[in-house]
Amino acid sequence: MSPPRIPLKAVQFSGLLVAFFVLANFVDSSDANWLWRFPPLLKDLPFIINDTVQKLLFEWMPIEIYDPDIDDYESSPLFREVTRAVSSSLLVIIEFTREVILGGVKTIVVFTDWDFINENPWAHWPALPWTVITGWAIVLGYRLRGIGLAILAGFSTVYISVFGQWEPSMQTLSFVLVTAPVSVVLGLALGIWAFRSKSVEAALNPLLNVAQTMPHYSYLVPVIVLFGVGDHAAAIATIIFATPPMVRLTLLGLKNVPADVVDAGVMNGCGRFQLLFRVLIPTAKRDVLIGVNQVVMQCLAMTVIASFIGAQGLGSNLMIALNSLKIGTGIEIGVCIVLIAVVLDKMSLAWAHKQKDYFADRTLFQRYSIPILLVAILAGGSILAWIGSFLFEEGRNYLYIVPHNKGITTAPFWQAAVDWTWDTFFFILKDFNEFLITQVLFPMRDLYLGMPVVATFLLMMGTAYILAGFRSALIVGGFLLFIAFSEYWDRALITAYMASFVVIVSAVIGLTVGSLCAQSAVASRAILLVCDFLQTFPSFIYLIPVIMLFGITDTSVIIASVVYATVPATRYTIEGLRSVPVVIQEAGTMSGVSRMQRLVSIEFPLAFPHIMLGINQTVIFGLFMVIIGAFIGTTDLGQLILKAISDRHGTGIGITLGLCVAFIGLAVDQIIRTWAERRKKELGLG
Amino acid sequence: MSSQGRTSGKERAVIECQSVYKVFGRNADSLVAGTDGFIDAEAARSAGCIVGVNNASFEVHAGELLVIMGLSGSGKSTLLRCISRLTDATAGKIFVEGQDLLAMSSKKLLQMRRSKMGMVFQSFGLLPHKTVLENIAFPLQMKGMGTRQSVSRARDMAELVGLRGRENYFPRQLSGGQQQRVGIARSLAVEPDIWFLDEPFSALDPLIRKEMQDEFLRLQGVLKKTILFVTHDFDEALRLADRIAIMKEGIIEQLDTPAGIILEPATEYVRKFTEDVPREKVLRIESVMDPVDQEEELSDLRVSKDSIIETVAETILNQDRPVGVVDADNALVGSLHASHVINVLFGNRSQRPSGN
Repeated sequence: MSPPRIPLKAVQFSGLLVAFFVLANFVDSSDANWLWRFPPLLKDLPFIINDTVQKLLFEWMPIEIYDPDIDDYESSPLFREVTRAVSSSLLVIIEFTREVILGGVKTIVVFTDWDFINENPWAHWPALPWTVITGWAIVLGYRLRGIGLAILAGFSTVYISVFGQWEPSMQTLSFVLVTAPVSVVLGLALGIWAFRSKSVEAALNPLLNVAQTMPHYSYLVPVIVLFGVGDHAAAIATIIFATPPMVRLTLLGLKNVPADVVDAGVMNGCGRFQLLFRVLIPTAKRDVLIGVNQVVMQCLAMTVIASFIGAQGLGSNLMIALNSLKIGTGIEIGVCIVLIAVVLDKMSLAWAHKQKDYFADRTLFQRYSIPILLVAILAGGSILAWIGSFLFEEGRNYLYIVPHNKGITTAPFWQAAVDWTWDTFFFILKDFNEFLITQVLFPMRDLYLGMPVVATFLLMMGTAYILAGFRSALIVGGFLLFIAFSEYWDRALITAYMASFVVIVSAVIGLTVGSLCAQSAVASRAILLVCDFLQTFPSFIYLIPVIMLFGITDTSVIIASVVYATVPATRYTIEGLRSVPVVIQEAGTMSGVSRMQRLVSIEFPLAFPHIMLGINQTVIFGLFMVIIGAFIGTTDLGQLILKAISDRHGTGIGITLGLCVAFIGLAVDQIIRTWAERRKKELGLG
Repeated sequence: MSSQGRTSGKERAVIECQSVYKVFGRNADSLVAGTDGFIDAEAARSAGCIVGVNNASFEVHAGELLVIMGLSGSGKSTLLRCISRLTDATAGKIFVEGQDLLAMSSKKLLQMRRSKMGMVFQSFGLLPHKTVLENIAFPLQMKGMGTRQSVSRARDMAELVGLRGRENYFPRQLSGGQQQRVGIARSLAVEPDIWFLDEPFSALDPLIRKEMQDEFLRLQGVLKKTILFVTHDFDEALRLADRIAIMKEGIIEQLDTPAGIILEPATEYVRKFTEDVPREKVLRIESVMDPVDQEEELSDLRVSKDSIIETVAETILNQDRPVGVVDADNALVGSLHASHVINVLFGNRSQRPSGN
């Protein structure tokens, strides 16, 4: 049945295109014509969501709460009390972690009160001197991976300190140190639950999909309404964002435990919990720990965005710097974020791949050498800080903590570099900018906006039907219908046009670079390393250099998005091409194919499903970045979400907009993924 | 074959299966309920079911090594998994040491596994994050034994299976044969009475397999466990078994001693397996000897009734007269004509190679 298959698809596609153009040209573009735009039936959805949330928060299930201030019972809605309890406990944990590192009084206040602090000036928790944390980072790096990681960790901490970014960096770090463990525990628990029960897995799956494709900051709106503004709210938004990959990887790891190992556990007399904690989870350790790595990276990526709702640290400083066009400061902060990201990434990966070594005959000192060393560093650092207090004037003890913005700064240099770039390349950049916007982007946008809604449906659902079957077509239609009935169809089209432009460019670059590099093992390894490195950057970082070159324009957003979205396309292309079985390649060689023939007729078809998954990632990444671009000024859905954040009644709008973005992503995901799976099955790859 | 009571037979039945069925598919229960005897393959297919085990009834006696032999998909592993209750049989009764296994509570079952059963798996099923010693000590620790005690016992077990010096290795640092030694040691750590082995040597190279079989026979010579051994390798079955059950499509085609199966294959299917077997390497003198005939003049040579024919064939053929066969106490139990030996060595395979 294989020979007629491809022509059939071609015929179907031509038919589809013809129908699409007919519709596109002959549908009258008036607002009353529902073929042109569907009526906004879901117009009230944001308000319904708003009302529900309000009701939940202020009316639902009142309970009696004792208020010590007025010495009486007060009636308060249950939900509100729950969110309050969650926020305050989170806040205490965050403050505590922060003060362990940076010092302070709030933790002491929790156990006493402010009067106590005022009366007792000694009651101040001391900060850890930066030398101690640097020492610890080096020891940890050495212990986990050896000298290389130790140097990296040492360099990063020294850099952060010397450049006077210690305080915000440690705030960010403490934020991650709280949110990451919470997300890990939550993800582990949900993953185990889903593993145990098919129905939980089925219920969780769509939730995870939506949570992972919703733009970061559409969470922010409901979180603000439910939990207020501040570190705790930012932490909750971060946790919601960072937990899904942990759930996924836990589930994956548990499912990959070989059946024989499970049977052996049962036959060895494991009870339910013994089986789970002593057989399943340890065997799935690798995947679970990669999940931990993902969580850490996601938490860090969220710090910038979370700064919108009150997370302190590098993120909020970066936002301020970028908004006031202090590119130099922005770059310095950006480097700090990247350094923290790289160090945490390498450390958590090293931990994931570390194997316990068993030497039963180690001496007491050897066994406890690390803790002893850590304590010694603590003592040494404290003594240094104490000596420093005599050497430096008050508040500028460089051996204790380098005060914020009192370190060395290279900002003027970067600023000069930016100015120079703008002066030198002004016309080239401007011309390019203008060309891109007027000759490419605007026409493309008009084309998208000029599509009647029925034509869009026909095109998307038709493509889904041809590539991925009837079921996928219905699902895609469902997703689109939601957007079409909302008020935001036009905005969604703008988002879609930017995203598709990004995806096309990224895919072309990624496929080309990928296929070229895949021809050589060395080049493949090198480019994969680059991909690894780029992927550790929080998405926001990509915006800094482009703003430097192109200012705050659509061009900046698009270029940053292209860079960001090219990474998965390249990676998956290389992985796909390199993983074509050697036997098949050799069989091809012996059948006398040339290198080009081998690539086109053997490697590409076999690697196709994997490459498609890469393109799928590119779509999600591109969409993501386009939305983030709203922070620096675009006119699509992202910008509306941003507006919703600052609106008191923005909850409903924010959620609706977030769902619109998520559904665009999920519709494409549905088509590509199903298509890839089908091809995989046809190729017998599993 | 075994519809007699549980305590019948001259030896005690440690495992007894009565009409055990395992059917996969949604209509499994109704399909089994509607049959008396064997499930018809056609009926199963039309009900959308796959029959794993079809009306299996047999006993395993104390200290006996029963090999379940069959090709892939014959239901041999399914049968073993039913008896170890890794899967629940659809219908039938399984008694282990007189206790109804299928009616057992999960707590009781856990106790039974912790004290009475050991199992070895085809792909070893070792815990990748634990060392050799920790893997062997694992079932003991699950029982609640302390670390010191369990590790010391594990050390003995590692010694027993010849893994001395590799106690602190991880499974991935071991060869396949060594990994399976760990699996064997682990399954024996709790000193089980019943030992299940599910294709334990199938994943190993031929030379290692032979070595492990020898090792296995040595261990069994010392330990005398009651063993259910699953394999797809007929030669392995012949080498190891006290009795062999040959399965095809869920049905036990024949259950007999190796000699019985070779000399009298019950079905065409079994015959195909026996055709290429070098009988002189499998059969013992006992299987081909004649009863003692006082009139007959025997040669001075005496052979043991337990000798494999191949090992004594040449000396027997060099005698002019029939050879006397003796048992372990050196008492004369039969005589052997050279013609029988020739028949075994060169004769028509479809005929029974003895006079009676």
